[in-house]
Amino acid sequence: MWYLCVFFHRLLDFRKPEVESLAKLFGDDDGDGSLQWKLPQHHHPDSPFHLVNLPSEHVARSIARRSILVKGIYELWGEASNYEELEEAIKKYPDERKLPFLSSDTTFKINVDTFGKAISFQEQTDRIRKMSYIPFKGRVNLKNPEQIFWIMETDDYGSNNGLPPVIQRTVFFGREVGAPDRKLIPTYQLKTRSYLGPTAMDAEMAFLMANQGLVASGKLVYDPFVGTGSILIAATHFGAMTMGADIDIRVVRDGRGPNCNVWSNFKQYGLCSPISLLRADNNLPPWRPDLKEVFEAIICDPPYGVRAGGRKSGGRKLLKGIVKPYIVPDDKRLGHIPSTAPYSLAECLHDLLDLAAKMLVMGGRLVYFYPVLRDNTTERQYPEHPCLKLVAISEQILSLRYSRVLLTMVKVGKYTEEIALEAKARHLEFKENHLKWLEEGNLHSAVFSPATPNLDVDGDSKLGKDATPKYRGKYV
Amino acid sequence: MRLLTHNMLSCNIKGVTNGFPLKIEATKVIEKQVDLNVDFLKNMFLKVEWKALVEASRSMGYAELPEEADSSLLGSEEFLKKFHHALLELHLEEGALICPETGRRFSVTKGIPNMLLHEDEV
Ligand SMILES: C[S@@+](CC[C@H](N)C(=O)[O-])C[C@H]1O[C@@H](n2cnc3c(N)ncnc32)[C@H](O)[C@@H]1O
Repeated sequence: MWYLCVFFHRLLDFRKPEVESLAKLFGDDDGDGSLQWKLPQHHHPDSPFHLVNLPSEHVARSIARRSILVKGIYELWGEASNYEELEEAIKKYPDERKLPFLSSDTTFKINVDTFGKAISFQEQTDRIRKMSYIPFKGRVNLKNPEQIFWIMETDDYGSNNGLPPVIQRTVFFGREVGAPDRKLIPTYQLKTRSYLGPTAMDAEMAFLMANQGLVASGKLVYDPFVGTGSILIAATHFGAMTMGADIDIRVVRDGRGPNCNVWSNFKQYGLCSPISLLRADNNLPPWRPDLKEVFEAIICDPPYGVRAGGRKSGGRKLLKGIVKPYIVPDDKRLGHIPSTAPYSLAECLHDLLDLAAKMLVMGGRLVYFYPVLRDNTTERQYPEHPCLKLVAISEQILSLRYSRVLLTMVKVGKYTEEIALEAKARHLEFKENHLKWLEEGNLHSAVFSPATPNLDVDGDSKLGKDATPKYRGKYV
Repeated sequence: MRLLTHNMLSCNIKGVTNGFPLKIEATKVIEKQVDLNVDFLKNMFLKVEWKALVEASRSMGYAELPEEADSSLLGSEEFLKKFHHALLELHLEEGALICPETGRRFSVTKGIPNMLLHEDEV
């Protein structure tokens, strides 16, 4: 059945993939997870209003309740360009779909919501009064009604106010099927978190990532770059068992003292602790070699980008072959701090995809951020792996020059002996060509070169061609 | 560090072929109660190296696990409780994990195993 799905006007690229992931999580279809979508007449793809075909009201409700970017999912009783037409549309909508929700033993209320403009309390009341042609038999209950009906309006504003263009005014009337938990993000927002690092994942994004990862009760979820644990906190909220690793022992073990560390971040919200936190290098994962298909999701923000370049074991000169390994004297081994070399983007991705291909269960998901240049002249390429299928790409714009893209991949093929050998050869190749990769890798230099200060937008032809609408930014 | 983690880890020093299971040297073991999730346990049972778990739980002072186990035991509540306790409720707070082949010690402090290699081991 078709439902009206209304989104918050945020993170536009993340909205449909989230609903599709949740449909996969709550529906029982074996399909590829994509849904049928339609736009209301005259609406722009970036509009908050979409129509989506879902298998049942139960699935629709579950999606709406769990979602971060859905404002509500509604059974649409009427859609029109003015209130006269709306009355006609609602009257035409079949009685058997309407009457059960209007009967005298129900309680209800009617809400008014306008997109793109604010209206006064009086105007709201007037609009509600206009609906008197609907035979409401139930009692009004403003606090805790069984049924919530919505009048939603978009105005006929032009396209110059920074919002996506809507050519014509639309009025919707619908019955709410489900809406999200509005306390979730405020509860977990980083402001409230005791132990924070410079790259802690924003709560809204961490929950979105967990939804892309189909996190659910009892699933084992791994973050190989766990940092302060923000992503695993979201996964744990949804009932996952978690594991995290990080190369930085100060972050993963010490934090800022006994009551301010990764463990305490979980305790603070009354969440189960991770199954384990360990110090390990994702370039040389410490898993026993025959271990396969244990994690249901791997969700992470890998160490690249301008803020936090990765490190891996072994000194720079050592990996280049200039020096022989420093043999750590036995008496110094205990407190020895191994030297590390920069971890290139290409190598980091190779390791991550290989880890996912091996350690994810079939159908398990890898969800991770990938940095891109906002350069429309070259077609974007995303990392590939024979065992993994890319199912969602969502861009978050970070600045004039950079975006990061949340990629969701599903494990569709078994990790074979051949693939393992190939991965090993690749690993050695990286080791040999480490510095070459580091210095010549196009992507890498693109990501690591700092943004040019005082960008002259007009003088920069590439940026001038940017087709992204101007209302798109970090949060939209 | 819980024993589920121990059961997944091995010594990954270059050239080492028998880096599993790591021997546990327990200085401080603590117990924390965790809710039992049957589905999770059944799932993990398929992944766990049983012998290594039995040995590891012994070195943590818990000797209740049967020497051998197959999936027919998963119907027994008593077995599930013991498996759950060994896998998830015992924590190695302080101690070390020792490579069976090279004797390399990976320290465990504040519950965190340090699996990072030295530069002459990669
Ligand atoms: C972008 S941060 C992730 C932050 C984390 N999502 C959080 O919420 O705090 C990347 C993390 O990767 C770690 N890291 C860098 N190189 C690594 C490597 N080779 N193996 C494992 N972790 C690494 C860094 O110490 C850092 O904590």
